[in-house]
Amino acid sequence: MSATETLNAFLTIIRKEVIRFTRIWLQTLVSPAIMIALYFVTIGVIIGSRIGEMGGFTFLEWMVPGMVMMSVINNAYSNVLSSFFSVKFQKSIEELLVTPVPNYIILGGWIFGGMARGIMVSVLVIIVSLPFVNLSVQNWPLAILVIFLTSMLFSIGGFINALFAESFDDVSIVPTFILTPLSYLGGIFYSIDLLPEFWRTVSLGNPILYMVNALRQAVLGSSDLATMGMTIQFALFMIVLFIVILFFLALWLLNRGKGIRA
Amino acid sequence: MEALTIKNLKKTYEGNHEALKGIDLNVEEGDFFALLGPNGAGKTTTIGIISSLVNKTSGQVKILGIDIDQGHSLAKKQLGVVGQEINFHQFEKVGQIIRNQAGYHGLSYLQAKQNAEFFMKRLDIWDRRNDQARTLSGGMKRRVMVAKALVNRPKLLILDEPTAGVDIELRRSLWDFLQEINNELGTTIILTTHYLEEAERLCRNIAIIDRGEIVENTSMKDLLARLEKETFSMDLDKPINTIPSNGDFDFKLKDSRTLSVTVKKGQQLNEVFKTLSNEGIEVLSMRNETGRLEELFLSLVESDPDKSLLLDVKLGEME
Repeated sequence: MSATETLNAFLTIIRKEVIRFTRIWLQTLVSPAIMIALYFVTIGVIIGSRIGEMGGFTFLEWMVPGMVMMSVINNAYSNVLSSFFSVKFQKSIEELLVTPVPNYIILGGWIFGGMARGIMVSVLVIIVSLPFVNLSVQNWPLAILVIFLTSMLFSIGGFINALFAESFDDVSIVPTFILTPLSYLGGIFYSIDLLPEFWRTVSLGNPILYMVNALRQAVLGSSDLATMGMTIQFALFMIVLFIVILFFLALWLLNRGKGIRA
Repeated sequence: MEALTIKNLKKTYEGNHEALKGIDLNVEEGDFFALLGPNGAGKTTTIGIISSLVNKTSGQVKILGIDIDQGHSLAKKQLGVVGQEINFHQFEKVGQIIRNQAGYHGLSYLQAKQNAEFFMKRLDIWDRRNDQARTLSGGMKRRVMVAKALVNRPKLLILDEPTAGVDIELRRSLWDFLQEINNELGTTIILTTHYLEEAERLCRNIAIIDRGEIVENTSMKDLLARLEKETFSMDLDKPINTIPSNGDFDFKLKDSRTLSVTVKKGQQLNEVFKTLSNEGIEVLSMRNETGRLEELFLSLVESDPDKSLLLDVKLGEME
């Protein structure tokens, strides 16, 4: 395929993916925004007022970057997972496999589809947060970069999960038993300063902690990164490293036909 | 030039099941070719390997002279495939499905739109372009499958049982359409089907595959010329009670108004009518009791008793 043809194929997959999740916008866009609004009301406003300050900020201010990141992670991951598993299940993946479109374009198309949803939901969450908190983002380019990279990383994760999934049960295992616990324990609601020494050390093994705090650094200008002895550059480097590793793993699996070719 | 060349193609699935035992096949450009065989013979595996849905164990496949391993992308640009099962997203709109397929082949949005419109109109699904695919009838879904396979204007079109489960009207309109694109656009067509009448009517050349091996590969004309006997069924003007007496022919009375006769190669049908006429029997209409290809097909693949049972079931579905 020529470069133009490859680009056309890439844009077709992205367009298809965006049309897919916007067609069911109540489920894919509004539902996460409502869930986050409920978090703001129940945990942020009602409970948060009794908690007081966290890292020098109101609890709601502290919580917003975490909520944005949780939405990005969940939506980017689940978008690619459910979409790619669905094309496997319905065998519409054959539509792509019989064409000359290269595997890296198939992978890239799904990743960008997942990123589009993750980013759209993050914008909605920021809008939903505005009535609750006077948000003043300290570093917009960094905030956008962190959201962009995180949505990319978890879109690739969702793709790998979909390649391995053979049933609807397999689709829910990783999000339920790995992703959700890691998100909740990733410093969304608290500063790791509050944890005992042992659990603070354990938390350092959670990659989501770096992403949440990278965004918190961009939004509030302060985060747990310093406490953890990390710089924002190191956090970004770790995210990029994970992206590169997982991208090539996904591509290798796709080239081998894992889950899609007999 | 050959549209498809297959050399010593082998496929062994997990559990050591040998689906293809080293088949060779050549299909000339512009041909309308039938690939027939009973269930589990290896037809779909062969098509799966050609279209990259199945990984081959060994062997070589070339599409229009391009090796699918070396010129993967270039080879697949020439290919359109209509799979056995409906394989598009049921919640997408018909127009979108077909446009997207063109996009996957690298066509620009505008070109994809034009091609999709052309084939949707040719296949009478243009009016349903904005409907979700799940709302279509089975026959309409088949047309979408065909439009999708043609939207990149492939030089080689492979159809895996395209008319399975569709009504006679649609089947015939699809036959006409496929003959048109074969004649007008010069598209090479490879067809697998269980409707042997379909293969006999459409295809010029034929290969029969059984248990992973090609057991016959010849022209339809030559194959049919090998037919040793044909059985005809005749509707009679008046009821009869006794079978006509002519030892050269095998007459059987199916009911008082229906007579069947088996005519061997070299025997004249005129002799049959002469015998009937001498006995005062008038024939209103006559037809082949079974398709001519069907008889040959059975003789080529029915040696395995288990397979014969399967065939009976499939042939039963054809009624």
